[in-house]
Amino acid sequence: MTAAQSLVADLATAIATGSVEIVDLTNVLSPDFPVIVLPSEFGQCEPFRMETVSRYDGSGPAWYWNNISMNEHTGTHFDAPAHWITGKDVPNGTVDAVLPRDFVHPVVVIDIAAEAAQDEDFIVTRPFLEAWERANGPIPPRHWIFLRSDWSKRVGTLSYLNLRDDGAHSPGPDADAMRFLVHDRDCVGLGVETVGTDAGMCSHFDEPFPAHSILHGNGRFGLQCLTNLDRLPTFGAVIVAMPLKIKGGSGSPLRVAAMIPRS
Amino acid sequence: MTATREKRDPLARKRLRHVPMGLRSRAMHALSARAAQGRFVLQACTECGNVTYPPRDACPQCWGELSWQDQPDGGQVLCETTVRVSTDLYFRDHMPWRMGKVLLNAGPVALVHLHAALHPGDQTVVRMMIDRGGNAALFAIPAEGTDLMSDPQWREFVVPVEGRIALVSDARSAIGRAVVKELQARGAELVVAGLPGPSLAADANDAVFNLDRVQTIALDVTDATSVAEAASRIGGPLDIVVNTARHVRTGGVSANPGFVEQRRAFEVSAMGFSRLASTFAPILAGRPNGAFVDILSSSALCGEVHQAGFAAAEAARHSLLQSLRQEMRATGVRVMSVFTGPVEDADHQHVPPPKVAPSRIASSVVDALLNGREQTCVGDAAQDAMERWLTDPALFVREKNL
Amino acid sequence: MSKAQAPYTGVAVCAPITVPYQRFSAEPAHWWAGRALRHLRAMTGLGPSDIDGFCFASFSSGPDSAVGMIQHLGLSPRWLDHIPTGGASGVMALRRAARAVQCGDAELVVCLAADTNQIDSFRHSLAGFSRFSQDAVYPYGFGGPNATFALITDAYMREYGVTREEFGKLCLAQRANAGSNPMALQRKPLTLDAYMAARPIADPVHLFDCVMPCAGAEAFIVTTPERAEALGLKMAQVLATIERHNAFPQDPVQSRGGWAMDIDSFWETARITPADVDVLQVYDDYPVIVAMQIEDLGFCEKGQVVQFIRANDFTITGDLPLNTNGGQLSAGQAGAAGGFQNVTEGLRQILHMPLGDQVPDARIAAVSGFGLVNYDRGVCTGAALLEALP
Repeated sequence: MTAAQSLVADLATAIATGSVEIVDLTNVLSPDFPVIVLPSEFGQCEPFRMETVSRYDGSGPAWYWNNISMNEHTGTHFDAPAHWITGKDVPNGTVDAVLPRDFVHPVVVIDIAAEAAQDEDFIVTRPFLEAWERANGPIPPRHWIFLRSDWSKRVGTLSYLNLRDDGAHSPGPDADAMRFLVHDRDCVGLGVETVGTDAGMCSHFDEPFPAHSILHGNGRFGLQCLTNLDRLPTFGAVIVAMPLKIKGGSGSPLRVAAMIPRS
Repeated sequence: MTATREKRDPLARKRLRHVPMGLRSRAMHALSARAAQGRFVLQACTECGNVTYPPRDACPQCWGELSWQDQPDGGQVLCETTVRVSTDLYFRDHMPWRMGKVLLNAGPVALVHLHAALHPGDQTVVRMMIDRGGNAALFAIPAEGTDLMSDPQWREFVVPVEGRIALVSDARSAIGRAVVKELQARGAELVVAGLPGPSLAADANDAVFNLDRVQTIALDVTDATSVAEAASRIGGPLDIVVNTARHVRTGGVSANPGFVEQRRAFEVSAMGFSRLASTFAPILAGRPNGAFVDILSSSALCGEVHQAGFAAAEAARHSLLQSLRQEMRATGVRVMSVFTGPVEDADHQHVPPPKVAPSRIASSVVDALLNGREQTCVGDAAQDAMERWLTDPALFVREKNL
Repeated sequence: MSKAQAPYTGVAVCAPITVPYQRFSAEPAHWWAGRALRHLRAMTGLGPSDIDGFCFASFSSGPDSAVGMIQHLGLSPRWLDHIPTGGASGVMALRRAARAVQCGDAELVVCLAADTNQIDSFRHSLAGFSRFSQDAVYPYGFGGPNATFALITDAYMREYGVTREEFGKLCLAQRANAGSNPMALQRKPLTLDAYMAARPIADPVHLFDCVMPCAGAEAFIVTTPERAEALGLKMAQVLATIERHNAFPQDPVQSRGGWAMDIDSFWETARITPADVDVLQVYDDYPVIVAMQIEDLGFCEKGQVVQFIRANDFTITGDLPLNTNGGQLSAGQAGAAGGFQNVTEGLRQILHMPLGDQVPDARIAAVSGFGLVNYDRGVCTGAALLEALP
């Protein structure tokens, strides 16, 4: 048995026995789950919609099914590089071209819940990340970076989108932080609990939409509207995130799961 | 939802609502079509000028061609009766019923619904109303001002607002906010203000939504689930639905089509209308004076080259409205159209005047209810459009899209 | 002045038939028509092949008209008519049949009206009655003829000072007359107090101003005197008839009927006066119409009906016996047959073959019909003067 065979066999056993636990990081996809709201001059994101075709009735006596429609960036969803103009020419930049090897990656979870609770517009900066590494250890390459903000606990309330007269208020990174994660730490992508990888006020930054711009311009991915991040260890969890294979798609709703050792 | 609701025996069988019989001649339908526009018309002979009623297909004086002409609405009451026995289910529910005969100043005599204060010899003004079955009906009221709403027969022809519960489908728009304010100011028991997403923190402090007897509710007409949930949250009786939802965007067909906006316009104006109607029509049907008021653009009549998607969606809405009106005939629920041209709101910043103030649309909505007016055109632009459309639809479509 | 009406020579009216009325009947109009012919056969011995003319009236025979009816009843007439004028149909059938016989187009005409009354047929026939009614009458309270005649009555009472007491006197007299008619549906004596206290139906029309719809059939024969004599039938001759439709359309409210247009020639042709009339059989769907006919037929001046009613006794033993079988108000209104019972009852009295009490020495009957309420008034009117032949 090779080392890889042994490793997968161990994992299989661990999953079968439950010593590796699977955590669902996905919000329920429903018509009332909020979608990102852009300034009114831009086209808007259509929320999830579902209409019943039949439900064991005259339109289908023995079966139940629905027609659904939505924007690609609805609910817990995946951003492919082609989502952003900076990533329009990136190889394999659309969801159908995401390589199988990118379906599964380890994750580093950075807890900003306390900071976000203090300041809804909390900005993750490079100094913050460097301080975090000093306290928690270095961020290894080829990992997802998840920002645990506890924002998912706001789902179902006005404070999730947190729209005010001047726009949305939610935490996110600045450009330096993104360059650090992408270039210096070679992250797979950024996962957040908020409705976008960027902060609510990101359009007012000196470099607007830094997460989208820098992640996708460098072929990295985004995951948004995650939940249950508070159940993940800082290091050591593995994320399974496989977007729908939409031809030329810029993103897709998906189910995101984490494998963690049973505590 | 909390509101003062009328007391009802919870064990009582649901009260069936009936409507007057609907069988009419083609000429009578022609009269109803004009009455629906608020006109008082009778047939006049194009050859001898003789004015005739009931509607005929030939002049009884010279067999000349008849045409519909606006007529003076005055008259004198000749005789009266109070019908106390009827085999008709609708009128049995409303006995006793006063009717009479009026010598119209226009010439003919007419049987009329008779206001409680009128008696033989009295001068009267005759209103051409639409009855609960959707057909024209003459109602004689005192020539001098009187409190019409106190007459229970009159209330059968109109939709009282005072003490009633109303839903405004999109209260976030300028029109919607104005309608909420107006319904509240005119004494509605409760105005449920539908707010499509995204929800704003500021809604909680909004002056209109914080008015007494106003409650907000999440309601997105593009989402069947949201509409159904709103209905279940309202729960109890609902008398009036005012559909203020619309999605106004510029865009053409071959040039700058904006498919996302076009689709959204259809989702709001057309599909949204259907979602709202299918959910709330059965609730309205159980009420003694249910009404569904739809505010739609006069561009529904003719298309609009620079707002192609919006106009098409409004045309679809207009078409659906006709179907709903027919479906509701059997229930007595009034389906009312309020046409408007460009509105003085954020959606029409690019349009030069004349534009209609949202508050004027709102007062027209309430006036339509209180007068039982099936079709209203608010403002000069909408009135002009309707007149031109009625006169020569082919020319109007051409002119509007030059 | 229109051309004088030719006298009805060589015409005999005979064999009045009344099939006993029923308040409700599950049987269709065809059954009632067949019953009338069986009664006729019993009285005259005539069979289907003896009948060469047929005149039919009915509201409830649908989808059949007179055409379907003759096939149904096995008749092969050489003269056929269908009269859709309800309360005026008896007089109209009479005068049409009389001319057919006089001119030889037919030798023996059976005039027949039959209507059934199922539990809901009144409501159904009301709903589909006429275009003006569906457009401009029923939507106003759906009171049916009660409401239409309430308006006519209201205006008539205001204009001529008639009170309910006068109408009550007419209704009471007819009820008294019904007392001896075993076929009348309502024979219980009516008091003025009960009349006045009756519940309002459509003010000022109250319960006893309204007829009771029922099922029934009426028939009579028009033939030559020779044939009538051969059959051994008592007979009457036709002195004069009139007919008028949609008279005075400009009257805002109906206060007179078509009789008023032709009344002078009516009496002149007959060469008699109202004083010569022994029995008066008028259409009586509501007492206001009875009062109107008394005036318009010339029994009193227009506007004098109050005094006339007060001054006269309308019972069988009175000075002007009126609707001697009780009229429709007491005997019942069997649809179009209700427009025939004035003819059959008038005939019976002058032929001295009454259903109940006989008016002593009756020889001349005035018969008057009024039919088809369309929009705001009755449209069809007719009248006939019949005299018994020795």
